[in-house]
Amino acid sequence: MNMKFNSTVLLVFALLMAACSADKKQEEGTEATTEAPGTEEKKKFTVAWSIYAGWQPWDYADQSGILKKWADKYNLDIELVKMDYIPSIEAYVAGQADACVMTNMEALDMPAASGVTSTAMILGDYSNGNDAILTRDGLGLADLKGKEINLVEMSVSHYLLSRALEMNGLREEDVNIVNTGDSDIAPAFIANTDQKAVVTWNPLVMEIKKETGVSSIFSSADIPEEVMDLMLVKTKVLEKSPELGKALAGAWYEVMHIMSSEEEKTAEAMTIMSESAGCTVEEYKEQLNTTAMFYDAQKAVDYYQGNTITEKMDYVRKFCFEHGLLGEGAQSVDEIGIRYPNGSTQGDESNIQLIFDATYMEMAAKNTL
Amino acid sequence: MFDIRATPGKSVSYLLPVLPFLISILFYIYASGERHKENPKDKLVPTVGQMAKGFGRTAFEPDRKGDYRLWLDTWASTKRIAISMVFIFLGVFIGLYMGMFPYLDKLLHTFFLFFDKIPALAVLPILFIVFGLGEVSKVALIVIGVLPTIVLDTYIRVKAVPKEQVIKAMTLNASTQEIVYRVVFPKIIPQVLDTIRLNFKAVILFLIAGEALAATAGLGYRIFVVRRYIAMDIIIPYVIWISLLAFMVDFGMQRWIKYRYRWLNK
Repeated sequence: MNMKFNSTVLLVFALLMAACSADKKQEEGTEATTEAPGTEEKKKFTVAWSIYAGWQPWDYADQSGILKKWADKYNLDIELVKMDYIPSIEAYVAGQADACVMTNMEALDMPAASGVTSTAMILGDYSNGNDAILTRDGLGLADLKGKEINLVEMSVSHYLLSRALEMNGLREEDVNIVNTGDSDIAPAFIANTDQKAVVTWNPLVMEIKKETGVSSIFSSADIPEEVMDLMLVKTKVLEKSPELGKALAGAWYEVMHIMSSEEEKTAEAMTIMSESAGCTVEEYKEQLNTTAMFYDAQKAVDYYQGNTITEKMDYVRKFCFEHGLLGEGAQSVDEIGIRYPNGSTQGDESNIQLIFDATYMEMAAKNTL
Repeated sequence: MFDIRATPGKSVSYLLPVLPFLISILFYIYASGERHKENPKDKLVPTVGQMAKGFGRTAFEPDRKGDYRLWLDTWASTKRIAISMVFIFLGVFIGLYMGMFPYLDKLLHTFFLFFDKIPALAVLPILFIVFGLGEVSKVALIVIGVLPTIVLDTYIRVKAVPKEQVIKAMTLNASTQEIVYRVVFPKIIPQVLDTIRLNFKAVILFLIAGEALAATAGLGYRIFVVRRYIAMDIIIPYVIWISLLAFMVDFGMQRWIKYRYRWLNK
């Protein structure tokens, strides 16, 4: 009987070991391709992105071959993967992607707060109306007191509401926040007229606004430059392979040029971008109106190097800390350090986790890529 | 060990069930240790200590709104399950009547058979549009997801009751109600309860799906909110807590069925 017991244990362990070693092999596999030093083999990188007016250019860069052109120039292999927004950041934090697009808020409360040091190497745009508070029956901000408000908690929508309330002398405790998934928030709000207020982002804002009796009472245009859309690359990866930054910046600003000029390609680019966003060209253009794109690399560099960015980030990090987004155990808003291109830092200097780096955008501006 | 006539000894019988748990836990601790070696601030695979702290925070410390989250969430979810259960038990009677009365059978059987095939998660948007974002839609999701299974299962069990027994009852001058409630119902109820018990998993699945979409409290709600800042130190204890509660309900029901219907399998 003892023998039998032993063989059971052995069997279980054998299975476990097999599972472990399989896992390891896989890990080694991906690392080998990303790190292979000094060989002719191309370094492989994965970039995750999600649908958003300000990120569609990445998809166009991929589909048009612009991204491949720039990757080839630096002898890289860049794979662009489309995902849902939050899963894409989770994949980035988990190490399944080397780079990912996200807002400055998620950059701070997801990777940076998880100790995944990240470099925000491209500032694509800031939301200039893409996020909005919409109400029925002409309710104003002051009327929201005691009302139910549907939004995705702990998202940029939550931040927007918090800022709007604060600017109007109200507190979050004065309203009733109902966490609502972004997949159903628009149809549910449109169908249920007893819901009076909703906070969401585009293209949903556009959909909801079409309803009669619904109006936007506050939007990210009222807090300009606070909700930034960034391309984040793991700092370690970027230090080891700065070519990745160069290739990404090169591809991005080539697309920016196409978008902002009136070339033949412009119309085609707009069509591709709107198709992959699931809307018409007119709708996409409408969304771009509320997206303040930094078509000109120099403008983004100037913003990065100025002082406003520090002020704006201060609002964001305070919101994150107050809502426990920097980790519920975080003792102070300064626990996570942020570094800016002008050399200044915010928070703990010995724990810099988020770096705003203008190097690559500057190269693009000076045409040295 | 592959002898089908084997009778495991007492100590082995206690040890073997624990073994898979132990191995999973050890494997987890190893994996989390490895990740933390690489990144001490890793939040994706928290250490056991971090999870204990996370659990403690949700259970024994008020959050910024002054709520003890774990208990608030457990209560909110339990209420939703309890209300759904009432409707799910109603399904037993629908199935019973459907199985007993041929006209009801003709009327409802095909309908429920089809209804059962509708993937409840796919009709979520419709539910939210019809029932709003309040409690009704969440309960409706669970009921729509699980009720048809229970109805159909009861129906099959009723059909499996030997005709002779019903005829025998008739010859003894039993009324229709007596045949339904004193002959057929007692015979099928232990198996039906077993089906309900096994469908508890589906109930929880639909509960969490509903709570993820719109809620202010609930076990599923919390998991999806703290996901926004990768608080796996809360998510994993919550998952264990949900599983543990479900396991205890399952275990308790199993015990109770075994005790209450001792005559079964004899």
